[in-house]
Amino acid sequence: MRDALRRLQELAERRLPALTRFRRPEPMPIELNRRRIYIVPTGFGIGFTVLLLVMLVGSLNYSNNAALLLTCLLGAAGAASMLIAFRALDGLALASVRAGQAVAGQPLALTLEFESTRPRSAIRVDLGDACQAFAIDASGKADVTLPLATHQRGWHPLPRVRVWTTWPLGLFRAWSWMHPEQSVLVWPRPESGGPPPRLPADEGLRPRLHHGEDLAALRDYRSGDPRKHIAWKASARLGQLLSKDFEQPESRPEWRLDWRELEGMDNEARIARLARWLGEAHAQGRRHSLWLPGQPIEAGSGPGHYARCMSALASLP
Amino acid sequence: MIGAMRPPSEATLDGRAFDLLCLTMTCVLGVHASHLPWWLVAGLALVLALRWWQRRRHGARPPALLKLPLLALLAVAVVFTYGTIFGQQPGSALAVGLLVLKLLESETPRDARVGVSFACFGLMAALLFDQGLVATFVVALGLLPALATLRALEPAQAPTNLPRALLPGLALLAAAVPLALLAFALVPRLSSPLWGAANSPEARTGLSDRMSPGNFTELLTDDRPAMRVSFDGPAPAPELRYFRAYVMWLYDGRTWEHADLRRADGQARPLETLEARATSRYEIDLEPTHRTVLPALDVPLTAPADAQLSADREVFSDKPVRESLHYTVRSALYYRLQASLPAGARELALRLPQGFNPRTHALAAQWRTRYGGDEQAIVRAALALFHDGGFRYTLAPAPLGRNAVDDFLFGTREGFCEHYASSFTVLMRAAGIPARVVTGYQGGYWNPLGNYLLVRQSDAHAWSEVWLEGRGWVRVDPTAAVRPERVSLGAAAAAGDQLGWTDSGWLASLRNRWDVVNHWWAQGVIGFDALRQRGLLTPFGIRDTGTAMLGMLLAIGTALFVAIGTGWALWRRERPEPLRQALRRLEARLARAGITRRRGEGPQHYLRRAARALPAQRAELEQLMNRYLELRYAHDEPVPELLKEFQRAVREFRPRRVVK
Repeated sequence: MRDALRRLQELAERRLPALTRFRRPEPMPIELNRRRIYIVPTGFGIGFTVLLLVMLVGSLNYSNNAALLLTCLLGAAGAASMLIAFRALDGLALASVRAGQAVAGQPLALTLEFESTRPRSAIRVDLGDACQAFAIDASGKADVTLPLATHQRGWHPLPRVRVWTTWPLGLFRAWSWMHPEQSVLVWPRPESGGPPPRLPADEGLRPRLHHGEDLAALRDYRSGDPRKHIAWKASARLGQLLSKDFEQPESRPEWRLDWRELEGMDNEARIARLARWLGEAHAQGRRHSLWLPGQPIEAGSGPGHYARCMSALASLP
Repeated sequence: MIGAMRPPSEATLDGRAFDLLCLTMTCVLGVHASHLPWWLVAGLALVLALRWWQRRRHGARPPALLKLPLLALLAVAVVFTYGTIFGQQPGSALAVGLLVLKLLESETPRDARVGVSFACFGLMAALLFDQGLVATFVVALGLLPALATLRALEPAQAPTNLPRALLPGLALLAAAVPLALLAFALVPRLSSPLWGAANSPEARTGLSDRMSPGNFTELLTDDRPAMRVSFDGPAPAPELRYFRAYVMWLYDGRTWEHADLRRADGQARPLETLEARATSRYEIDLEPTHRTVLPALDVPLTAPADAQLSADREVFSDKPVRESLHYTVRSALYYRLQASLPAGARELALRLPQGFNPRTHALAAQWRTRYGGDEQAIVRAALALFHDGGFRYTLAPAPLGRNAVDDFLFGTREGFCEHYASSFTVLMRAAGIPARVVTGYQGGYWNPLGNYLLVRQSDAHAWSEVWLEGRGWVRVDPTAAVRPERVSLGAAAAAGDQLGWTDSGWLASLRNRWDVVNHWWAQGVIGFDALRQRGLLTPFGIRDTGTAMLGMLLAIGTALFVAIGTGWALWRRERPEPLRQALRRLEARLARAGITRRRGEGPQHYLRRAARALPAQRAELEQLMNRYLELRYAHDEPVPELLKEFQRAVREFRPRRVVK
């Protein structure tokens, strides 16, 4: 049933370009106006109309004018609610879209920033099967975060987003498409397992560094310890001098990840392996550099560096 | 492909929506409470309150096992009370009960929507029992929680408190009133019902076609309006305000009865002849009586449309009066009715049951021998007896025995109009004077604000007519002999101080005003039937507005309202931001010079490009760009002076196309 509807929709879009007029990608901000807001009754709206008709015939049959007046009042209120539904969308603008970061296969958090000059309620955004409701308060701004399914690395244009509302009574559904002209970058999916990167030859010779910021332990004073490292309070309790021993986490050797070393594999496999290595390096806090064809990246660490490397990897041809 | 994230409200009803739903059901129960048995109302209210408390406290579904017994109990209760589940009363009792039971399983927005829809229907059904002004307003207010419930089902909205949640519904209804009134006036009425007419509740109706001691009591304390009369000319004097409903010939010793009397040969009796001397034309708005009789001022000359005049000059409508009815009659105020009495009618007007009231017969015989053929003297003697015989007017008389008239005349000597009329008529018949009982309304309250006579149920009255040679049927009101105030002031005044407080000044004037409003409602809304609708356009020269015409007017009017509504919906209060507006203007000027802003091109990039394309104005354009960037990004709000400067610079900027 759902698939049949979807096929019908696609056919309609092909055959009736007027319907699809506003579904081309557009630059933001995208503001909804009367030319692109559609209104249809909901299932409840149709049921309620049938009920109103029954009430109408009943009150006419019994010549009960008070009941007729009530029916007319309810019907007119329902009709007026259609205009309110329209006004809930009219003038709503999608100001920008912020994309989160995600590897292929995991949902990507898309944050849609909506703007409006007046408060609005109960507006819903559909992205694929995901639906999120939001309201805009007096500040005129609202952020809506939706998950976007991803399945392939690289730049992907944003799909179109349906904005709709059944405000205020649920009798009518006003809706419109928004298709922002923007692409999101999806990082490559790391391979599930494989060999570690080849380490430089002088790996084992590096000295352990013991100077750091974090207090590791107290030990007996050895002559030559700086005076400011003496733990005076603890020493006074024990009657002998104790020194504070500072330690820096063991600095792991830097990884130099290189596209050229992975010869004999196809591109996607190389990218997946590099992505895994990058992920491991990032998780271990290890400094790493990345060489890709045409864009060598210097050694570094931290989330910013990781994101830079992954994005470079993602945008490889 | 994409993870589903349904808003939580799709799954279960949130607390606010459920509260409002309970309130809606309470309203429905409330507007139906007046005609449901009290124990049913109390039981349903208890179920409602328990369910509300249970969901608030535990938040769980009540066990399904509970629902079926409750449902069965409801059906049994309805059948037990009304004997059936069909018809207006049992049907509405069942509907209200089902609505309340529906709450037990209302857990999702879908349930709530279904519940609200049927609650709207339930509210409407309450109007089948009472379509008065107050009832209609109360029912319309009952729509507020229903609308608020629907609103509360929508996700993501600013939190409000319960009373505030009702306000938007009020605004919506207020906005809907004009269209509703238009539709109300123009929806074509049915001239005859599509299916069976409403089966009428017998309770609390007006005059009955039988009169037995005591059955007026309820009527005489019922202050509801019976009818409103507006006269074309001046209103007749108070002592002439007798409205004739039933003429009663048959007496069985206890009860006077109206019957469709025929002559001995089975033919309908001819209309009693009438010589009129002064006539009055007037219009009556009759409240629903569920009977066919139409009261008319003594004595009607002709029957209004869709009604017949009986031989005794009673007016009977062709159909029972189920909605308030408007009719026009002309009546004779001074008249001679039935100058010559046929033998059959005379025999009927003298008939008394055998073996009743021996003392009354004796008294009548005594008068007959004393006054001989002077029938007027006998009438005077009877009236003198009532006036001087120690009779008392009261609405709570002592009960009477088998010989009711004897007991009354020689025993209790207290009673109200029906006692007097009944015993007077029996006395006359016993004395050989043709006599009959007439019931109807007498008096009424002149409303100076609305220029009409308000006749209440409590103005119901019974009097006698005696036939005198040469004068025909003459109206004699024996009650007036006992309490003249009854005729001039009304039953309440005659009964002493029982209801006297209602006559205090400001309260009376308040009642007047209130009655004018009710009258307006009864005439303009309840009485707006097919006939009045056809005459809707008479002021515009169209005498008969047909269904097609009404449909066309309805379409035009609706289109007009749609246009107004659309205009409102499209009207945008906000003005575009001045800075953006100024930039658009600059863009338009540059576009005329051939430099159009590309899609997605930022203002800085665009103006740089323009500066390169128009080297002669490079400095000017760069200055504009810098100003724009400063206004846009240097401050949260553009500085007004700088903005004005920028706008002026844009106004003055004229791109000059470089000729290469």
